[in-house]
Amino acid sequence: MTARAAEDRPPEAPALPAPAGTRARALGRLLVPVLLFAAFAALPAAADALGQTFLVSFATRVMILALAAMSLDLILGYGGLVSFGHAAFLGIGAYAVGIAAEEGLTEGLAVFPLAIAAAALFALATGAVSLRTRGVYFIMITLAFGQMAFFTAISLSAYGGDDGLTIWGRTEFLGGTPLEDDRAFYFVVLGCLAACYLLARAIVASRFGRVLQAARQSPGRVAALGLDPFAYQLAAYAIAGGFAGLAGALLANHTEFVSPAYMSWHRSGELIVMVILGGMGSFHGAILGAIVYLGLEEALSHLTEHWRLLFGPFLVLVVLHARGGLLSLLPVRPRDG
Amino acid sequence: MPPETQSGMSLTLAAVQTLNGLQLGVLLFLVAAGLTLVFGVMDFINLAHGVQYMMGAYFAVAGYALTSNFLAALAFAVLGSLALGLLLERLVFRRLYRRSHLDQVLGTFGIIIFLNELARTVWGATPRTLPVPEALSGSILLMDGLLYPVYRLAILAAGLVVAALLYVLVRWSRAGMLVRAGASNPRMLSALGIDVDRLFAGVVGFGAMLAGFAGLMAAPILSVGSSMGDDLLVLAFVVIVIGGIGSIRGAFVGALAVGLVDTLGRSFATDIFKLFLAPAAANEAGPALASMLIYILMAGVLFFAPSGLFGAKTA
Repeated sequence: MTARAAEDRPPEAPALPAPAGTRARALGRLLVPVLLFAAFAALPAAADALGQTFLVSFATRVMILALAAMSLDLILGYGGLVSFGHAAFLGIGAYAVGIAAEEGLTEGLAVFPLAIAAAALFALATGAVSLRTRGVYFIMITLAFGQMAFFTAISLSAYGGDDGLTIWGRTEFLGGTPLEDDRAFYFVVLGCLAACYLLARAIVASRFGRVLQAARQSPGRVAALGLDPFAYQLAAYAIAGGFAGLAGALLANHTEFVSPAYMSWHRSGELIVMVILGGMGSFHGAILGAIVYLGLEEALSHLTEHWRLLFGPFLVLVVLHARGGLLSLLPVRPRDG
Repeated sequence: MPPETQSGMSLTLAAVQTLNGLQLGVLLFLVAAGLTLVFGVMDFINLAHGVQYMMGAYFAVAGYALTSNFLAALAFAVLGSLALGLLLERLVFRRLYRRSHLDQVLGTFGIIIFLNELARTVWGATPRTLPVPEALSGSILLMDGLLYPVYRLAILAAGLVVAALLYVLVRWSRAGMLVRAGASNPRMLSALGIDVDRLFAGVVGFGAMLAGFAGLMAAPILSVGSSMGDDLLVLAFVVIVIGGIGSIRGAFVGALAVGLVDTLGRSFATDIFKLFLAPAAANEAGPALASMLIYILMAGVLFFAPSGLFGAKTA
């Protein structure tokens, strides 16, 4: 699968003479993710050496939200669907863990698939309605469905309601508690992120992924080829929901707490910001975007309690002036598909 | 409790909740009208419209703190919102009209982050209140056993008057004609010698003013906090999706429908569930369903009319 993921270009692409920069781009597609994952793998040891052990917990959070941002990029960057309710999938994954724990179910082999399935099913149901619409209607409807999940979580008084739900211990696996150790949990999250990254790249490189991207560019032509754009987009929406559900399950384990705030539409907006910061349509761009967003949040919040006064205008400036995201500022442009 | 009294009470409750629902509806309409006008004319999705409502309420609180006069607070709210709207249009919105919806969403999201934090910084995290004006305090007896606050009736009346004025303005005035022309073909309008930039700024400013007015009217019955705009914005989106983006009439119908369904759902869902569920289960399921009702309504409308009830645009 790695070999296939590295080979992003469709095999039947015409063998034109390679334009200048193509090799650099291919290198960038390989180099940036390798460097990113190497940095994540080395981080705990480096944090120990520097005596900054809080970095491990921070990086765990970054990786979890990177996974969520990546799942959003699948539909936003590749599918061209501006979904403004993505935090709901994250929150449903988290609530699946919280509610299961409250009901006495803590076995990871059951809980994790449950979280993924719950988020994917919600995505399937809401996607079936939302995808009937286009453009700005789609943005507003996904936002509204996200908000529906948010208010539903608030009304769940048996599971904490507005206050949220504390989870008394991380998910178990076959009776053991491998996730209780923060260091081990870090590498589990890293493994999930890496596996999902490779899987996502395999998906967009597959026939399914190419139809999805074609449907972004021209749904009419896809339909003329006898394919149903709606079905492909809906499947992608559900897959993205499943990935985000996994991220939510990891997030609940990380914080050992779930709350409706995970689903607020501000969180959905933040995920879009991460994808845009890193540059749409490249999964390592989404990871980079999560690092930059959360890093900035961390750094600015040390500076002042009112760091949002700085972050808001920064975001406006990025939108107005850095249109391809931060990766577009690098010499090697990652944009593919 | 004898059965007649109980049914009498629930009838009163239903009447009160219907009035409350209509009143939420007119507030929603004032916010949704600006949103839908701006979208209709400029094809611009403005997430920062909700914070205009929030800022309007804060302007009113600030104006009242300075003058202790409700009319002065009204002037502060309306003029402050107008100025803020024009400023934002000049600095940011203007550069976003021709950009993708995604860029518009992100740019205005940045403005929300900034203004929410600004409100928290300037006015503190604890919610503020605005007293009900002297002349509109107290309650009146609407029917047997139904005492209703005058101020809430005043909101309803003011909202309906503004809605009627807006309709007349859009339908019969020159400005309204330009707005409608701008919505159907802005380039043609520009070619005919109309200063489209000024028209756009005017529409944004006017919408901001309506939202600020709604914020002022809501301030005495809600607590004024920095997140009040966020929740209302999503409701306003539901309203214009149901009504059809760009349609004032749609926004009016959608706003009343959402206001009524949400308010009545919250007060009666649990009781209705108790008819066929155990009380404990009903207490769980009722609020959960009530909070979903308007979204279910929206999904239902879209299923039959993907561009809303009165939607002309399918953008």
